[in-house]
Amino acid sequence: MAEQKGKILVIGGGISGVTTALEAAEVGYEVILVEKNPTLGGRVSKLYQYFPKLCPPMCGMEINYRRLRPNPFIQTLVNSEIESITGEAGNYQVKIKTNPSYVNEKCVICDKCVDVCPSEIDNDYNYGMDKTKAIYFSNKMAYPAKYTIDRAACEEGCSKCVDVCDYDAIDLQMQPQTKEIEVAAVVYATGWRPYDARKIDNLGFGKVPNVINNVMLERLAHGQGPTKGQILRPSDNKKVDSIVFVQCAGSRDENHLPYCSSICCLASLKQAMYVRKANPDAKVYIFYIDIRTPGKYEDFSNKVQQDENIILVKGKVASVIAGEGENVVVEAEDILNGGKINLEVDMVVLATGMESSLKGQKLPDVVQLDENGFIAPQLQEHGIISAGVAKFPGDVSSSIQDSTGAALKAIQTVVGK
Amino acid sequence: MEKKIGVYICSGCDIDKAVDVSGLEKVATKEYKATVCKSHPFLCSQEGLQLLKDGQKNEGINSFVIAACSKRYHETTFDLGQDNMVIRMPLREQVAWVLEPRDEEGKVDEDTQMAGEDYLRMYCARVKQQKVPVPYKQESTNKSVVVIGAGIAGMTAALETAKAGYEVNLVEKSAQLGGYALNYRSLIPAEPPFEDLIPNNVSELVAEVEAQDNISIHKSSTVASIAGEPGAFQVKLENGESTEFKAGGVVMASGATPYDASKLTDLGIAYDNVISSVDFEAMALSGSLKTKEGQPVKSVLFVQCAGSRDENHLPYCSSTCCMRSLKQAAYVRELDSDAKAYIIYRDMRTPGQYENFYKKQQDDPGIFLTKGDVVGVNEESNKQVSVDIDNTLIGENIQLKVDLVVLAVGQVPSTLGDDSILNLQYRQGPDMPELKYGYPDSHFICFPYETRRTGIYTAGTVRQPMDLNFAIRDATGAALKAIQVAEMTELGKRVHPRSGDLTFMEPNLTRCTDCKRCTEECPFGAIDENEKGTPLPNPARCRSCGICMGACPERVISFDDYSIPMLADMIKAMEIPDEDEEKPRVVCFICENDALPALDQMALNRAKISPFIRFIPLRCLGGNNLVFVSDSLSVGIDGIMYLGCAFGDDYQCHFIKGSELCNERLGKVQETIGRLSLESERVQQFEVSMNDAEILPKLIGDFMEELEDYGPNPFKGM
Repeated sequence: MAEQKGKILVIGGGISGVTTALEAAEVGYEVILVEKNPTLGGRVSKLYQYFPKLCPPMCGMEINYRRLRPNPFIQTLVNSEIESITGEAGNYQVKIKTNPSYVNEKCVICDKCVDVCPSEIDNDYNYGMDKTKAIYFSNKMAYPAKYTIDRAACEEGCSKCVDVCDYDAIDLQMQPQTKEIEVAAVVYATGWRPYDARKIDNLGFGKVPNVINNVMLERLAHGQGPTKGQILRPSDNKKVDSIVFVQCAGSRDENHLPYCSSICCLASLKQAMYVRKANPDAKVYIFYIDIRTPGKYEDFSNKVQQDENIILVKGKVASVIAGEGENVVVEAEDILNGGKINLEVDMVVLATGMESSLKGQKLPDVVQLDENGFIAPQLQEHGIISAGVAKFPGDVSSSIQDSTGAALKAIQTVVGK
Repeated sequence: MEKKIGVYICSGCDIDKAVDVSGLEKVATKEYKATVCKSHPFLCSQEGLQLLKDGQKNEGINSFVIAACSKRYHETTFDLGQDNMVIRMPLREQVAWVLEPRDEEGKVDEDTQMAGEDYLRMYCARVKQQKVPVPYKQESTNKSVVVIGAGIAGMTAALETAKAGYEVNLVEKSAQLGGYALNYRSLIPAEPPFEDLIPNNVSELVAEVEAQDNISIHKSSTVASIAGEPGAFQVKLENGESTEFKAGGVVMASGATPYDASKLTDLGIAYDNVISSVDFEAMALSGSLKTKEGQPVKSVLFVQCAGSRDENHLPYCSSTCCMRSLKQAAYVRELDSDAKAYIIYRDMRTPGQYENFYKKQQDDPGIFLTKGDVVGVNEESNKQVSVDIDNTLIGENIQLKVDLVVLAVGQVPSTLGDDSILNLQYRQGPDMPELKYGYPDSHFICFPYETRRTGIYTAGTVRQPMDLNFAIRDATGAALKAIQVAEMTELGKRVHPRSGDLTFMEPNLTRCTDCKRCTEECPFGAIDENEKGTPLPNPARCRSCGICMGACPERVISFDDYSIPMLADMIKAMEIPDEDEEKPRVVCFICENDALPALDQMALNRAKISPFIRFIPLRCLGGNNLVFVSDSLSVGIDGIMYLGCAFGDDYQCHFIKGSELCNERLGKVQETIGRLSLESERVQQFEVSMNDAEILPKLIGDFMEELEDYGPNPFKGM
């Protein structure tokens, strides 16, 4: 085994971070994996299915967790953030802050605390579409398998969860901890957040009820989501029988995200299949500029388009406004037929793009973002490496491919090349 | 070493609210003669763990049955050292949380208690058959990487491997390194702001590779043969010098070739001034654009998707042609600021930050882009080309007359050539299995480097259509995997998906009948055979799935801790109530990757299921040997279920065909069952996924209901 000279820090515990950590650890290098949320899995764990096979993301993730859990070379720190990074390739000093979850490793996920907790909060995991208790476990496949408390949401002086816990797993006095470590290489695998569609004035998000975005639809389709897998529209839980997908919503647009996020065409085609499966009478319209299903994804595009009730129209959507009752009205171009289309539908999904999580954040000096918020390898010293969407907006397959390579780049830094 | 069994039962997590732990203790000590049996209300605590450590120290316990939560939790909590066998009996997820608990008076439900005790029997029987794995160690594990192909992907794989400190042999069939990209005029943008073409710097990469110390370059060489296994591949080259060397891992980066434009007769390829994008690139490299007749080219029309996304040619999209045509349109403008370029496309595929480059070209007044269908290409008398385009963005059908038409052709993987690239000396053939369209790719987007030939990783355009920026990243990832497989093999470990597993298939050849089922069915071609057909295992190629074990009609194949006797003993350990008790018994084999987590999630829901069902986990449903069916029926089990992943075109099995093979084998046994006058529906396989936790109770319930109609197994009690 190559002589161990230093450790690798991976920032971000989504699919990219977990992949980089695993691939480096299995070559024999020590990794510290830092994740800001209470559990790993990131955005991928919230998806219902992947394109093109319409298969569950947690299948691959479970294999990764099986590799990760017993691997002694990987130290996982959740609820943790990077406070500072100084130094140079081969020798970075990193300060990590771990925020208290108020639940320790004795938790057996028995759910008793949730039953007695009196406080409810918006469920961030479901993008605010339902509520959860102040003590929660985000999803059943989550790892590490233990609960977390949103302390700010607790009632003053309440300790009902502590009283009911048979295992002494809750510590309301838990304090934040800081630790300092030395690493040889740093990999940013910090992923993305959905572009804030409220900024897109003409598309009604945040103003018109029943206008949602693609990540929210993913939760609606999920059996463990807010509607248990039924595609129901948020305002009145009506079953969605007619739906419009607006492609490039806030993407390829100088006023919003100038780049293309690569996945939204594929995601909408996939989600069209969700809707059609959940509601066999539903009609789906997709307004697009270009259908970007490159390579062998073309087969998937052809397959979806075989469904006569999924109608693709080339044209930009000019406006999304409230219609009759809870309905939504969409006005769009129909370029190939010349003219405009006006549709009144049950729900509209804005296929919003991916914005780098790092954009707008205060970062250590060693990290340079390009003008779109991505970490471009050409702008970094070689010890600072990016993986996945932190580097470029791409699909899961390219993110994993990239993260595998990022592990090698990190190893090269450790061995001093 | 003598097996000393310790059974440790957790009564926490509501386990004691469902079962009487002392009943389980009796099973352990009286029926299975466990040396030690203890229970604790919080086994995963320090105090609970101390019990185990005490057992190890004071009683010499070396085989531990932990009756507590699912093995997916506390995976390392019960680690007692490598020389001990530790198995987990999911008393919580498969009994306490999903069956009837004690009633209000605190009385246990009889069937729940029976289930708890049965599982304890099953797992005690199981641990008796398990051995602590003895890792496979090669005499010496080679950790160098052989890279086949020295285009962008191959050169990158070689360089990245070398920079990590490993030796590389780089094999290239032509006389020079560089591949196709060496002769491009310019390259597409690769860094922010992604707006401008890059001068061709491939020759710099070539120079870097040639200067790198630990890369041995073999030009004008092809692979004559590859034999062996990860950590010990023997590679022979065909180059007039009989070069031979060892390798730990292989990267196949043999690239792709442009689609043969001469087939595009509908697009006018026969005309003087209709050429392929390949020829246009060469023309642009020469620095001057001239028609066949020697006239300056003032207008160029690019036909996108020429022979792509087309059933009659290449059904898939080659990913690269949109960016390439934008690049070549930029050449037109560079070489003559009066010249015009037209791009006729179906969709402009410039994903990610390539959008910036697309935007810049759109802003160029000399470049016209429109969506449209090219419906006619004709030669004018002056040798200009007229192109008829329907369904354009301006809403009209148009005709353009241009000096030159360029057909933007796609790419075809090198695996579709006549000669084998790898020449594997494997029983299953010389090549990597191909997924679709000739591409030896992974079927899984979640594991792009999942390979059907352990230790051999494809990278670059041979794997899928891609551009050179993507190929560079692809090759870097493949290099990591090739290094990793050798490192893992040195430690005796298997690679993905059972990363870290120390076991491998071991056949008892004295009972083997050379039927070749295992050598044929192994999804990874891990097992070779001699002339007689006797299997020759290659442990480092093994992925430990157990499909061979399931295939073998003589049941000669086993793994140290996973074998037919182990599983058969679990079946036979079950207590089968008599017919008149009206308590059926169903054994349900579950795949560890899909069904087991789904069941664990179902348990988190506290969904209740029938107490008559007993789950037996398999590494993969492909490990299902038909002896399990006959054993189950002969002990009086009434129904047999299999829960595993989906098979077919969109298969989910990470061992490629485990659930499919299980299904096929069950098809063969249906006939036999029928001849015994048993209903074939007593044995059923269901496709379930990780997302199915909420539908499992109904799926199981429906099966149990159906079973009721058939009545008890007539062989019960015989």
